[in-house]
Amino acid sequence: MALFTAAVSATVARPLRGGEAARLLLWRNILVYRRAWLVFITGFLEPVFYLFSIGIGVGAMVVGFEYAGKPVDYREFVAPGMIAASAMNGSLLDATFNFFFKLKYNKLYDQMLATPLRTVDIAVGEILWNQLRSGIYVTAFLLIMVAMDLVHSWWALLVVPAALLIGSAFGAVGMALTTYMTSWQDFEKVTLAMMPMFLFSATFFPVTAYPEWLRWIVEVTPLYRGVVLCRELTLGVPSWGSLVSVVYLLAFGAVGLVVVRRRLDSLLLT
Amino acid sequence: MTDYADSGPATPPTAPAGLVSGALRMGDYWLTVLARTWKGGVITTFVTPFFYVLALGVLLGGFVEADPATLEGADSYLAFVAPGMVAAHAMTIAFSEMTYPVYGMVKWQRIYFSMIASPLTASHIVLAQLGFLMLRTLFACGVFLLVLAPFGVFGTWWGLLMAWLVQGLVVLAFGTPVLLFSLSIKGEESFALIFRLGMIPLTLFSGTFFPVANLGPVLEKVAMASPLWQGVNLTRMLALGEIDWALAAVHVGYLGLLAGVCWWLAVRKLDERLVS
Repeated sequence: MALFTAAVSATVARPLRGGEAARLLLWRNILVYRRAWLVFITGFLEPVFYLFSIGIGVGAMVVGFEYAGKPVDYREFVAPGMIAASAMNGSLLDATFNFFFKLKYNKLYDQMLATPLRTVDIAVGEILWNQLRSGIYVTAFLLIMVAMDLVHSWWALLVVPAALLIGSAFGAVGMALTTYMTSWQDFEKVTLAMMPMFLFSATFFPVTAYPEWLRWIVEVTPLYRGVVLCRELTLGVPSWGSLVSVVYLLAFGAVGLVVVRRRLDSLLLT
Repeated sequence: MTDYADSGPATPPTAPAGLVSGALRMGDYWLTVLARTWKGGVITTFVTPFFYVLALGVLLGGFVEADPATLEGADSYLAFVAPGMVAAHAMTIAFSEMTYPVYGMVKWQRIYFSMIASPLTASHIVLAQLGFLMLRTLFACGVFLLVLAPFGVFGTWWGLLMAWLVQGLVVLAFGTPVLLFSLSIKGEESFALIFRLGMIPLTLFSGTFFPVANLGPVLEKVAMASPLWQGVNLTRMLALGEIDWALAAVHVGYLGLLAGVCWWLAVRKLDERLVS
């Protein structure tokens, strides 16, 4: 708050220092959501409902389930999948639909750029807000998992940063794609990418359900990397494969961030 | 002075003879809407439900080992889940068509206001809107059922035909309350809530993906009271050809009553919103 008043009352416009810009944007989003707190709170319910429905309801009929050669409770298999999938869903929806609305209809970013904020500040600020929100959601989900006795390893704590990594990677790529969109009809393509990833990235069943060639395709998709990363952490069996997933997601997000910065420069500053 | 008498319509606007003929006057409007927007809904309407069946019915279903006795008459998990998904799909269409689009007709493009500025009344507008919703749903669910047919999950052809037709009732049982909701709210933020607290839990816990008996004795009763379970169970009985006619009549009565009451309320609400 102090930072906010200091920034707006400064008489001479000056370039903002690194963290300042991001914090201002964060504050703006908090102000916006203060009026829609119920929307904020209910945001974390979807993965919980899926866990209860598919994990418990359908899971009651799934017997003798094995993961990596060991028998695993089906609920413990689905829960980390829901963490990764909802990290993707949450930040992709924010980075596509909401971002498009602000970019095209609200003209929010045009207003922001009339201030000392730069395009990269906007991109980073939006992603930070996004991550703060999904950090709260994933922590709540992890607590529910603990309460349901689905967590047996301290490695599970790392699922919070893992979910943030997944979220920011998808957020950056989603924003980059949004800058190429011209109408709401284009968002059908977002659904077309998101929905199969949600359903087929080993979220509800292991990749062994696929024939070999299809398995390879699934294993290189970004959500699959996120799902196995979260699963290895909550089951307490991290491996070198987990590191590969981390590097993959970092690279995926970095590409998105570079593209979004260039595109915003050309869309908003020229 | 210009003589304005000549610039009016060749025939003065007349009141429509009846409810249906009035609603039909909006037929060309809805056809134009369909012609211009159908592409935007192709994936959500046809691809999404098919992928859900493939992922949950076929692939996850491969891991399900349930005694057919617990699957409400279905001989496999796929046969259990497929008809449930058809009814859930009809509900999803009701939610997506009756939320933002309807709100836009009142608040953003304000098309309803241009309709009411003619001899048409709120009853005509609601009938045309819901008639369009119903036709659209019957088409989408018809395609969905045809896609499912090769999986060999249906009992008899006449049961399948009836399962298709009851989707018209299912969509009205959800379309009318959601329409009423959309006409009543002040801001569009409320939509996030009815999707998250209404549509998603209904889809997930109304016997679509697993038998409601798995919920335990108390929650089972709660789930059975939900309109989606009524629709899902009705669709499933018809599609599988294992019909308890008395129960089917209860389902039809429940859904019909819900649709009727909310329809009446929606007409009143629209009238209030547009006229007064």
